[in-house]
Amino acid sequence: MIETMTEYVTATVGGQLFGLPIARVQDVFVLDRLTRVPLAAPEIAGVLNLRGRIVTAIDMRRRLGLAPGAVGKRMAIGIEFKGESYGLLIDAIGEVLNLSSGGREGNPVNLEPRLARVSAGVHRLEDRLLVVLDVDRVLDVGGALAEAA
Amino acid sequence: MDELLRDFLTETNESIDVVDVELVRFEHDPNNAKILDNIFRLVHTIKGTCGFLGLPRLEALTHAAEALMGNFRDGAPVTSEAVTLILTTIDRIKMLLDRLERNQSEEAGDDQDLIVQLGRMAAGAGVAKSAEPTAAARVARVTASPPPSNQVSLEELERAFQAAPGPEAAPAPAAAAPTPPAPAGEGTDAEAAGRDGERAGEKIASKSIRVHVDTLEHLMTMVSELVLTRNQLLEIVRRHEDSEFKGPLQRLSNVTAELQEGVMKTRMQPIGNAWQKLPRIVRDLSTELGKAIELEMHGAETELDRQVLEFIRDPLTHMVRNSADHGLEMPAARRAAGKPEKGTIRLSARHEGGHIVIEIADDGGGLNTERIKSAAIARNLATAAQIAKMSEVQIQRFIFSPGFSTAQTVTSVSGRGVGLDVVRANIDEIGGLIDVKSVAGRGTTFSIKIPLTLAIVSALIVEAAGDRFAIPQLAVVELVRVRSGSEHRIERIKDAAVLRLRNKLLPLVHLKALLKIDGDADCRAEDGFIVVMQVGSQMFGIVVDAVFHTEEIVVKPMSSKLRHIPLFAGNTILGDGSVIMIIEPNGIARSIGNVAVERDAAAAEHEAGRQYDDSGIESMLVFRAGSPQPRAVLLSLVTRLEEIDVGKIETANGRALVQYRGQLMPLIPVNDDVRIKNAGKQPLLVFSDEGRSMALVVDEIVDIVEQRLDIELVSQQLGVLGSAQIRGQATEVIDVGYYLPLAFDDWQVWRERRVAAARHRVLLVDDSQFFRNMLVPLLGAAGFSVTSAASADEALAILREGMRVDVVITDIEMPGMDGFELASAVRRDPRTASLPIIGLSSLVSASAVERGRQVGLHDYVAKFDRQGLIAALKEQTADMSRAA
Repeated sequence: MIETMTEYVTATVGGQLFGLPIARVQDVFVLDRLTRVPLAAPEIAGVLNLRGRIVTAIDMRRRLGLAPGAVGKRMAIGIEFKGESYGLLIDAIGEVLNLSSGGREGNPVNLEPRLARVSAGVHRLEDRLLVVLDVDRVLDVGGALAEAA
Repeated sequence: MDELLRDFLTETNESIDVVDVELVRFEHDPNNAKILDNIFRLVHTIKGTCGFLGLPRLEALTHAAEALMGNFRDGAPVTSEAVTLILTTIDRIKMLLDRLERNQSEEAGDDQDLIVQLGRMAAGAGVAKSAEPTAAARVARVTASPPPSNQVSLEELERAFQAAPGPEAAPAPAAAAPTPPAPAGEGTDAEAAGRDGERAGEKIASKSIRVHVDTLEHLMTMVSELVLTRNQLLEIVRRHEDSEFKGPLQRLSNVTAELQEGVMKTRMQPIGNAWQKLPRIVRDLSTELGKAIELEMHGAETELDRQVLEFIRDPLTHMVRNSADHGLEMPAARRAAGKPEKGTIRLSARHEGGHIVIEIADDGGGLNTERIKSAAIARNLATAAQIAKMSEVQIQRFIFSPGFSTAQTVTSVSGRGVGLDVVRANIDEIGGLIDVKSVAGRGTTFSIKIPLTLAIVSALIVEAAGDRFAIPQLAVVELVRVRSGSEHRIERIKDAAVLRLRNKLLPLVHLKALLKIDGDADCRAEDGFIVVMQVGSQMFGIVVDAVFHTEEIVVKPMSSKLRHIPLFAGNTILGDGSVIMIIEPNGIARSIGNVAVERDAAAAEHEAGRQYDDSGIESMLVFRAGSPQPRAVLLSLVTRLEEIDVGKIETANGRALVQYRGQLMPLIPVNDDVRIKNAGKQPLLVFSDEGRSMALVVDEIVDIVEQRLDIELVSQQLGVLGSAQIRGQATEVIDVGYYLPLAFDDWQVWRERRVAAARHRVLLVDDSQFFRNMLVPLLGAAGFSVTSAASADEALAILREGMRVDVVITDIEMPGMDGFELASAVRRDPRTASLPIIGLSSLVSASAVERGRQVGLHDYVAKFDRQGLIAALKEQTADMSRAA
């Protein structure tokens, strides 16, 4: 089997390392002047202006059911989904890793359900576990709402 | 110029230019079938259009050219002579088009010279090549001076026609007896044309270009961004008072505004574009339904944004179908009704303010109110009792309810369950209004009012709980600053906040509470700003923490993750670069609690700036007095709600009084069971009119309820108007009119006597809102349908509009035109000369009665003599019923 290599943009949220296929990532930016949106789902941190585009910011900590992070200049990963711009709010951005597809495994059975829900598999790195984010599922905020309802 | 002709010219000139270029390419690459096909297609199209438009000369010419090119397509060798001939022909076509553009009709004359050559070449294909090189060269100059065509022999002509059968009307004899235009004259004409063209710049072909919609959309987006950037700069300069940027920025601002307007203009399209298919549709319907239908279209040139145009295209088509199918009667029925057999559907459009008003009118049988009633009851849209109290207009508006159809048979035309509710939904979506007017036997008119554009709106920027929001200016009526102790202050009825504004209690809602962003913040603060908004007939105030300024904002669609929030219409980027949410006034109105049907029901009236009091929705103040049973009074009658210290209440002559705003105000218990409290605060309902106030003593103020008020008039009890179901509880509605005379001796005793009356329409004219508010429900309860006017001018306007009015009741003492003058004016108008008028006055003297008689008052009633008024009304309307 020929192993293809995939580049991942990595980020940490609540101490967990995540990876996003670099092809899905538009840009990485520092959050500035976020406008909160009343009555929106709790995962939606707000909206912001990124070079003239209105971006919907999703708080990954909340999305993963963690306590909200510290307020202040936070980093966000910009992605595009169905013609709309989103920003995933993360704790810290990491390096870009080039990983072989052969190293990717299915979700371990003991993976936390909240993580498992947005995971497209894991890579076992030397010292830690990298969860590959399934962007489509991360953005299924409405679906999460439906679950809650 | 004829629209069709203009389009033809624009299009043909484009095509011809393409043919020019393509032909040259073809000459170099004669084996390229694709190019040939392209040319052939273009010429063929021109030929077809010419035939359609009745341009025989052009048609004959293109036909001949097409025949020759057909030969090429069939494999005849392509010679340069042939191509030259075709190019020459094209030059001739261009010349003809040029003339056509100037004269708006095809110039007389013929082109046999070219047609014959084209025919010959088509017949002999290659023959022409060697035989007549000079001929080709000569015709090449044809535009400057056409060769005399009398050289052509009849045989040649015959041959040409056999080879290329032309249109039957081809001016063949003209070749035999030619009338060649004088070359000199031609030249002069052409020159003159050139000069004209330069001077007036009227060459349509070169004046309009086709631009792809995407290009315009992109331009619009860029301009929107520019507007935002401009706003951003303005914001910065606002913070620095003496900036040297001010001047240039002002200029930039103006230029931007102009640019914005210019770009908007490019998006404007005549509404006729949405009507194009209608004549055909109506023609087909006419056949299908067996009705003769005439479609009139007025104002097709009225322009609106193409985005809006797209939105209304389908609704309009649907409504025209509807008019044809349901509106117009069958020819036999029309004949029986004394109408012409041919029904008319009239479509019209006009600009009105920043809106466009479209009307679809038919001269059919009108809406069947009875059928609508039963359909409404069958669909549980209203109860029979509710419907009985509704005006005709209200009942007719049921046709916009979801799933509503009265069509007895489902035809292929309409009545398939997709009805006016869908039309209305489409129109709602773009912030438009739809209404219907129908006169039995005379026809139905639908009117649609929609904004010209959706892209840029003016908005008021406000703050609530530290966040800013944009409120579309369109819905904002006014701004009120409130402070505790100032003239305008927030009053409270239990937990509901209200604002007393010009003698009306306005329900208030805190924006932060509505958006649930108040946290634990205090919503009871008495300082703030109230944005008074009107959505349809619903007026309410939104309490915000601060109001900034108005800004032109570009509405950007919200993310799909946020679109479910009904309180927001979209978001935008402000001048300072931050994103803010745009409030949706309809959403707010709905969350405050009123239904869209009711909103629309009264919307039309409000647009006219008048209040017809038949919308049925009333704000009721619910209170308790003497017993646990709730009682209610029309909120609009109440001037103020007070809680006063019991210690301040004095007693004189056995009556309770209180010092109130520099006057002694009498306190009247609602009934004998109510006791003024011994200690603490006493709640009061204060009623004022013309400087006099009285207060009703109540035990407790419960709530304000907005709902349709159906008073059942069964009460024999003094001071009780009747009872009504309010929030599902039987509630006594008190009669304020009863209490007024108890407070002041000169307010005459009002007593009740009601007799069932036919629903005659009464126009009530009184400058005092208090009396209007008091009499409207009263007369309504006595079985009259009431329209009120605040002045004689307004009353005359209503009458002039042709609204059906059976009786006019007018106050005599009014500022400006008084009741006597109004009566004279009504008498002078032949249409209303016989309309009964009842005068209403607090001054009833013999001389006044006499003057009233002279100006044509039918009756004269003292202002507080309710019994007398109703009796007078009955008498007048009874006369009328007999006469009818």
